[in-house]
Amino acid sequence: MTLTEKVLARAAGKKYVQPGDNIWVNADVLLTHDVCGPGTIGVFKREFGKTAKVWDKNKIVIIPDHYIFTADSLSNRNVDILRDFVREQGLPYFYDVIDDPNGHWIFDKSKGQLAKQYGSHFAGVCHTAIAAKGHTRPGEILFGTDSHTCMAGAFNQFATGIGNTDAGFIMGTGKLLIKVPETMRFYLEGALPKGVMGKDIILHIIGEIGFDGATYRAMQYEGPGAYNLPMDDRMTVTNMAIEAGGKNGIFPYDEKCAAYVNERTKLNGTKSDYQPVELDQDQKFIYDKVIDLSKLEPTVAQHPDPGNRALAKTLDKVKLDRAYIGSCTGGKTSDFLAFAQIVKGHTVKIDTFGVPATPEVVFDLKNTQWDGKSVWDHLVGAGVTMTENASCAACLGGPVDTFGRMNKPMSCISATNRNFPGRMGHKESRVYLASPYTVAASALTGHITDPREYLS
Amino acid sequence: MSKVISGPAYVVQNNIDTDQIIPAQYLTLVPTIPEEYEKLGSYALIGLPESLYPIRYVEEGQTKTKYPIVIAARNFGCGSSREHAPIAMGAAGCQVVVAESYARIYFRNCIATGELYPYEATVALSDKVKTGDHVEVDFDKDEIRTPAGTFKLKPLGEVKPVIDAGGIFDFARQSGLIPAQEK
Ligand code: SF4
Repeated sequence: MTLTEKVLARAAGKKYVQPGDNIWVNADVLLTHDVCGPGTIGVFKREFGKTAKVWDKNKIVIIPDHYIFTADSLSNRNVDILRDFVREQGLPYFYDVIDDPNGHWIFDKSKGQLAKQYGSHFAGVCHTAIAAKGHTRPGEILFGTDSHTCMAGAFNQFATGIGNTDAGFIMGTGKLLIKVPETMRFYLEGALPKGVMGKDIILHIIGEIGFDGATYRAMQYEGPGAYNLPMDDRMTVTNMAIEAGGKNGIFPYDEKCAAYVNERTKLNGTKSDYQPVELDQDQKFIYDKVIDLSKLEPTVAQHPDPGNRALAKTLDKVKLDRAYIGSCTGGKTSDFLAFAQIVKGHTVKIDTFGVPATPEVVFDLKNTQWDGKSVWDHLVGAGVTMTENASCAACLGGPVDTFGRMNKPMSCISATNRNFPGRMGHKESRVYLASPYTVAASALTGHITDPREYLS
Repeated sequence: MSKVISGPAYVVQNNIDTDQIIPAQYLTLVPTIPEEYEKLGSYALIGLPESLYPIRYVEEGQTKTKYPIVIAARNFGCGSSREHAPIAMGAAGCQVVVAESYARIYFRNCIATGELYPYEATVALSDKVKTGDHVEVDFDKDEIRTPAGTFKLKPLGEVKPVIDAGGIFDFARQSGLIPAQEK
C-alpha cells in the first residue's frame, strides 16, 4: 500500500484498502477556523441537538485566523460564536486572538489598522499554527474545514480539507466516510540549487500535471531529494496539493519529521505518542515521475491559475504594482529570512507588504540579528510595510479594510498559493505566485525578476 | 425520484474557483442562519469578472437567479473548501450544475449539503450552449437537451440518493447510520 492507503486502512480498522474503496475512518484531529467554524457549529447543533456534546473535546482544534484584525462586525461576531461554543463545550485547544473574554477590540483610527493586540494564546494562520502548536502527528488523520489542511501531510499524516457539513458530522461522531484516493508519486532526486525553494518545486509540479492534474488523488513525495528538504519546504510543497486538485500530499517519516513533531508536542503539552507509516516495497501508483531538484529554476505561476507556469527569467517584461509575502504557504520564518536576504540593504520599488503567518514568526524576525540589526528592522528599512498582526490578511482578499488587500485592479507578485481572479481583492487584478526569493527580487525592480542574480 | 429540470442555462468556462462563486468578503455570512443563507444566494457567482461575464447570475437587488442550470467547463469549484459555494448557488435557486469536471471538495460539498446535483458532462458543453439558452436536464435518461443537440451525462450513481435525501445527515439517518433525530 502507499502511505495514504496505509494511514486510511489503519484509521478504518482494516488490514488492507485500495483506491476506490469507500471506508469509514476515525478522525484524530478536527481543525476549524473563524470562517467555517460558525457554520460547522450550526450544522452540529441543528443535527445533533442544542445540548449535544462534541465527540471528543481533546481532538478539536479551533484557530481563528482569517478575518480577525478588522472592524467588520460580522467577522467579529463569528469569533464570538467560536468563543461561546468553546466555553459551552469546554474545549482546551482554542487559540483565541485576544485575551479579553468578551472579545473587545481596540481599533486605531489614526493608523488605519488594528494595533498589535493579540493575546497569550493567539496562534496565527491555522495550518502553520496547528503544526507549531503540536497537533500534527505522523500516521494520524487530520480533517480541517479549509482546503490547505493538506499542508500537514508534510508530517507523514493524511490531512485534507472538508466542508462544514462533513465537519459537523465529525464533530458529533468522530467519523467520516471517504473514498480511498489513487496515489501519484513524485520521486525527488538531488538537492535544490541556490535561489530555488520548496515553492519552486510545487509550482513546477503543478505546471507539469495541470491545475486539475491531481484531482481526487494523493500526491506522495519520496526519494533522496524529499529527505533533503527541511520541514518548512516540505510544508510548502504539501500545502499546495490542493492547487493541483489533490486530496492530500504526503511525505515519508524521518528524523527531521520526528524532531519537529517531538519538539512541538513537548513544548505545548499535546499528545506525543504516534505511529508513523513507513514506505512499503509494494506500492501501486497511477502516475510516477522522477524530478531532479538540481535542475529546477525559479518558477512563477502566472495569472489566472496556479498551473500557468513560466520561469521567472522569461517574465522580466511583466510590470508589477505590488509585492506580497505571507500566508500559510509563504509566511514562515524561513520564508521571511529568504526574502530578507535579498532586500536587505536595498529599497523596494513597489508597495510591498509582509504578513507573518504566526506571532512566533514575528518574534523570530525581531530576535534574529544580522549585522547588529534585527531582520524585522532590515525589512522595514528596505521599505517593506510589515504588520505584527499575523493572519491570513490579503491572501484571500477579505473585508475591504484588510491589510494589503488590492482594492483596485493591479498586478501583484505574491508568496501565497492562489491566483484565481479576485483572490487577493479586486476581481480584475492579476496575481503571480512565486517563491519568497523571487517576490523579493521583483519587489526591488518592479517587474518579475529571477532572484539568483541577487544572491552572491 | 424521476424528474426533469428545465430552464435557461448560465454558462461559464474553466477554473471557476470558490472565490468567483462566492468572494471571500462574503464569507462572514453563516449559512445555517436563515437570513444570511438568503443573502449568500444574492451573491452567488458575483466574483466572475464582468469583462468576461457581462450578464450577472443574480441580478442586482435580487436574491434569486433566473438560471436554475449552470453549465461549466473543467475544474468547477476549485480553490477553497468553503461550503458557502454550493450553498450560495443553491440559495440563489440553482438546482443542477453540469460541468466537464469538478474540484473534489466542491463536488463533495454538493453531496454533503444536498444543495444541488453536480452532473458531469461528456462533451465541452460550455462551447455549445450560451447563457440564456433553454435546456433540459433529464435525470432518468442521464442526458441534457440543448438547442445544440442532446448530450449524454455521466450517471450520478451513488451520489444521487444522498442528494435526493437532502444531504449526508438525512441520508445517514434514512439508512440507519446515525440515530433518527428527536424533534
Ligand atoms: S493564509 Fe491564505 S491559504 Fe492559508 S489559510 Fe489563510 S487564506 Fe487560506
